[in-house]
Amino acid sequence: MTTPLLKLTDINKSFGPIDVLHDISLEVNRGEVLCLLGDNGAGKSTLIKILSGVYKTTSGRMEMDGKAVAFNSPREASDHGIATVHQFGGTFPLMSIGRSFFVGAEPTRRWGPLTIYDRKRANEIAVREMRELGITRITDGDRLVGGLSGGERQALAIARAVHFGASVLILDEPTAALGVKEAAHVLRIVLQARQKGVAVIFITHNVVHALTVGDHFAVLIRGAKAADFRKGELSREEITDLMAGGEHMAELEAEIQSYMVAHQGHPPHVG
Amino acid sequence: MKTMTLDQPAETTATAPVAGISIGSLVRRPETGSFIGLVAVFVFFSFFGGADFTSASGAASWLNVAAELGIVALPVGLLMIAGHLDLSVGTVIPASSMTVAIVSGFYGAPMPVGILAALGVGLAVGFINGILVVRTDLPSFVVTLATLFAVAGLTLGLSIILAGSTSVALPSDPTTKLLLGQFVGGKFEVTLFWWIAVVVVVGFMLSCSRYGNWILALGGDKVSARNAGIPTDHLTIALYMGSGLCSAFVGMSQAILYNSAQVSAGQSFIFNSIIAVVIGGVLLTGGYGSVVGIVLGTLTFSIVNQGIYYTGFDANWASLIIGVLLLAAVLMNNTFRNMAMSFAPRSKAGGRS
Repeated sequence: MTTPLLKLTDINKSFGPIDVLHDISLEVNRGEVLCLLGDNGAGKSTLIKILSGVYKTTSGRMEMDGKAVAFNSPREASDHGIATVHQFGGTFPLMSIGRSFFVGAEPTRRWGPLTIYDRKRANEIAVREMRELGITRITDGDRLVGGLSGGERQALAIARAVHFGASVLILDEPTAALGVKEAAHVLRIVLQARQKGVAVIFITHNVVHALTVGDHFAVLIRGAKAADFRKGELSREEITDLMAGGEHMAELEAEIQSYMVAHQGHPPHVG
Repeated sequence: MKTMTLDQPAETTATAPVAGISIGSLVRRPETGSFIGLVAVFVFFSFFGGADFTSASGAASWLNVAAELGIVALPVGLLMIAGHLDLSVGTVIPASSMTVAIVSGFYGAPMPVGILAALGVGLAVGFINGILVVRTDLPSFVVTLATLFAVAGLTLGLSIILAGSTSVALPSDPTTKLLLGQFVGGKFEVTLFWWIAVVVVVGFMLSCSRYGNWILALGGDKVSARNAGIPTDHLTIALYMGSGLCSAFVGMSQAILYNSAQVSAGQSFIFNSIIAVVIGGVLLTGGYGSVVGIVLGTLTFSIVNQGIYYTGFDANWASLIIGVLLLAAVLMNNTFRNMAMSFAPRSKAGGRS
């Protein structure tokens, strides 16, 4: 682990007069999960969009394998092996599993003088890759993506990214819309991707999920990196406090405490 | 961390679902609903229309309508699957009719020159539509509505300037007539065979070539499609040129069939093509549809449109039936689409957790 796979140094981003990100520096290594924690509006989405080539930085340096890179489009980012999977999988609900797995990179075969889309092979590969991630319920690649559960869609998107050789996998709130069981499954898939040597950037505001899979954590608050620590260095409570802006939480607790003292141990009425 | 219980139920399940006909594969086809609609409409008119409707000349009457509409509806359907509309077909048809009639009829140029000029007009309008839609990012409804009127104005203006009339005669040689404008067996327009050719070409494109996948993806989610490396702009322009070309073909062959061209023909194709495509199970917002569905939708529309003359009913009721049919078709297609999405075979191999 000499040079990190992806390294950000002092990244700044502003939209006109509004500064969204200040001096963000991050490192991600192969086979490691970096959890990016932060409350809504902390700048997580902006950072993802910079990494995936949607936005350009205002200033700062981005390196992959020690070489400086700049992405002018999402296409360039994915050519560098950066794949982004969004909350709902970002796939096409009315396309079949096989077709959406291979969008833009369809397998073809010769049929007489014609080159035709190889549906059978596409379906086989898509189903096999999903099975490798533990989705055994799907056996028919002709099924429509819209019929999959949220977790299965995530699995499909992650399987797709890994199949096409992504070296950095950005997961944007993959567990936010899922039930407990499904979320656990997606977390397992994240670990499987990590085992394959993929660098995973896992964006979430669920501290429990982050602690389950993360090796390395960064907390964003109002566009700045408030903390950067490795697994085991901070407890869950400390992280939650950090994310909520630390003292704000403490202040609220103190207020409730003093209210309870003043009102014979009754908590304040709500509403 | 618990390890996955990856109980591999052998390789059998991976290829299991019965090849060919299963309920799942049937429900998942976009044309299932439209097939039911076609059968219902056919039975209805066979019953009320009697033997005349089912006779060869009865069939010819709606097949001829279906052929002309179908050649336009197929590329328009592809555009709709890709998430776009094309209203300009309504004036590309008369524009190309007038082009071939003026070039070959009025000025007496050789027939192939007139035909190429007419097709060129269609390609050019399609190209302009495509460029405008891609560059301005305006809804294609507005863009093609604008070109619809612009082309209508140009056709009228130029016809008056060049030929001094809104109607031009077009005598054509026997070969052209044979290929583009005759009645086979005295009843069936030769356009029918061209329609079959277009069905084969477009059907191959949509379901067998990779471009079909691109079209579905473009209609499903343009941004994701572009990020996946699909040249969405070129694809959009190509699809518009396809619909321009096919509309021009219909206009040109109409002029050859009827030996004359009028400035005002073709308006009915604007909505009829959209109706045929929607009855055929194509999702109006894009991302879903099939060529078989579009063909079935075209047949259904034509049967209602022509079948009414074989019944005892007043022909004025045909539009009412089409309106009701359209609504019923959209509702039914919605139902089938939802079934297709939620359809899952009863878990055969346990499934996960």
